[in-house]
Amino acid sequence: MKALSESSLLVVCGSGGTGKTTVSAALGALAARRHGRTVLVLTVDPARRLADALGLREIGNAIVEVPMEDGAGRLFVGMIDTKASWDDLIERVAPNPTVKSLVLGNRLYRNLTSRFVHSHDYIAMERLYEAHSSGRWDLVVVDTPPSRNALDVLDAPDRMKEFFASRLLKLLTGTGQSRLWSLGSRPFFAVANRVLGARFLGDVTVFFSLLRQMEHGFVERANKVQAVLRGAGTSYTVVTTAEQAPSTEAAFLLRALRARGYQPPSVVVNRAIPRSLAAAAGRTVDGTAAAAEADLLAHGSTAEQASRLAARVAASAREMVEVARREAAVLDGFVADGAASEVAVAPLRAADVTDLASLVALGESLADARA
Amino acid sequence: MTVPDLLSRRLLFVTGKGGTGKTTVAAALARHVASTGAKVLVVEMDEKGALAAALGCGPLSFEPAEVAPNLSAMAMNTEHSLREYIRLFVRMPIVTTLGPLARILDFVANAAPGVKEILAVGKVCWEVRERRWDLVIVDAEASGHVVAQVDAPRSLAALVPVGLIRDQVRWMQEMLSDASTTGIVVTALAEEIAVSETVALLDRLAADTTVAVATVVCNRVPASVVAEADDAAFDALLARSRAGSAGGPLAAPLELVAVAAERRSRAMGHLRKLLERSLRVPAPVIVLPEVRTGAVVERLMDDLAGELS
Repeated sequence: MKALSESSLLVVCGSGGTGKTTVSAALGALAARRHGRTVLVLTVDPARRLADALGLREIGNAIVEVPMEDGAGRLFVGMIDTKASWDDLIERVAPNPTVKSLVLGNRLYRNLTSRFVHSHDYIAMERLYEAHSSGRWDLVVVDTPPSRNALDVLDAPDRMKEFFASRLLKLLTGTGQSRLWSLGSRPFFAVANRVLGARFLGDVTVFFSLLRQMEHGFVERANKVQAVLRGAGTSYTVVTTAEQAPSTEAAFLLRALRARGYQPPSVVVNRAIPRSLAAAAGRTVDGTAAAAEADLLAHGSTAEQASRLAARVAASAREMVEVARREAAVLDGFVADGAASEVAVAPLRAADVTDLASLVALGESLADARA
Repeated sequence: MTVPDLLSRRLLFVTGKGGTGKTTVAAALARHVASTGAKVLVVEMDEKGALAAALGCGPLSFEPAEVAPNLSAMAMNTEHSLREYIRLFVRMPIVTTLGPLARILDFVANAAPGVKEILAVGKVCWEVRERRWDLVIVDAEASGHVVAQVDAPRSLAALVPVGLIRDQVRWMQEMLSDASTTGIVVTALAEEIAVSETVALLDRLAADTTVAVATVVCNRVPASVVAEADDAAFDALLARSRAGSAGGPLAAPLELVAVAAERRSRAMGHLRKLLERSLRVPAPVIVLPEVRTGAVVERLMDDLAGELS
């Protein structure tokens, strides 16, 4: 995959359940080993065993190095801790210490950072920018957080700008707190008061007045994040399996990424049945039952067991061949309609990724991408 | 508690990690219950349109519409929910006030957790209370957001000290906290990450909400490849094939079968972990076989119906 040697940022998108986090880590390991790069993989919530395999025992905002034995490059992994990242961000964009401590101590702020749905998306983009602009890494791989919509995360900077530009925010916070009360006579405020209660609206207003004082910092950062996302050094890849629903979603994501004018995205098809094996099996599968039965009979199985087992083996082989055929059609679809700039395939493995060696093996299988 | 008791509730939220089949399970549950003659409403929360596809009907709207005998479906829309709420409870002249109010609430909803969620959950609770559904099934948010969704009345009550909403979240909270009325169905897969996320979700639901988990559905569990009694004979056959003595035509098919067998055994390992954690859940885990060819949704629905009857 070209991005591993050429890009400085790789954004990994995809719907849930496709192995996105594992593939992100494997791509990072591959870029470090094959291309000698210093790589940071930013991930959201790795499975316990993957975390263990990567040496991520202490989960926090800190970045840890994954010990690699024979790689020329280096691999680092960081978790995106939304709460801690928001606190860091406020520290940076607050215009003065007073605003900073008022925000950090605000009741709504504490709720906002732990529960506000899009805050994960925004903060992931923020961490990405931070890592990218630090100059410490040749390549930053970002495993995007699971979202209602897999591309929500890329819209987060835009939404933050829209939020600050909204007329309502200005209306509510125009002259600080008192503004709200002067609007009290307007009918819609009367309703809002009745529905939500005045104290809650007051809390909201105070919070947004504080946020507004950080508008400049936020908008400036959002613009910079967007510039990086659109830059030539940023690549996109969509992780999917070859199953029906994930691959339909992947095709949609590929089109959506193209429509946004980012670099042409590649696709990683995870857990595909090995194609050459399926093709070879397809040629001989009709003789499987008879051959297996004969072999079993020759090696001590009873007639009953030989016939039962041979039938199961043949049925299973036939099903796998059929599934592989469907998967091949999905893969060819990605190539044929030009939706993906490259297609890399990771074969279905007998074992889970539980240590660095198996992670590297997964990465190696992705090295040869079809353009 | 037996599995059928699951369906004696009035309100079920179906949730789970993305990709575990929660929409399909919600649709299958709804179809099954409707086929027993009960009146069912199924609600799509995320407006993605996947529920309509699973039900095999046209696009859903905010107004419940019958899509099959006894089975109605709707898609949640918080703006419509707000409109209805104001019409029913605030009794303000909508035409003049709703535009700005909707924008204010939209704006507040982006900052204050729970406002959008309460409009969605509030509508669902209202349907349960006011309309004559025997069962309302919600194709809820995925695991990342569902806690905020089902806990919205409680978290909003903590933030909003007074006001109309404060009074109304009380009855919703009571409905959601009553385990004989409301339950959560958690969908999972027998895969490592899916199981660890499911366990984490079960823990979070127990710690952070008052809504009871009704059951766990483990979806797409790979079928067993060879009978347990034949395991040793299969392993020996595979070993002979790899050593080159079982004949060329068998080699590739056997390797493929070996991959399938490994998938199955790995899945069983993950399933065991899920079963251990789920011992604390009152209803037994429902295990549904993987369907890889043919009409996937229909087969799943048949299998689920089989488990439930």
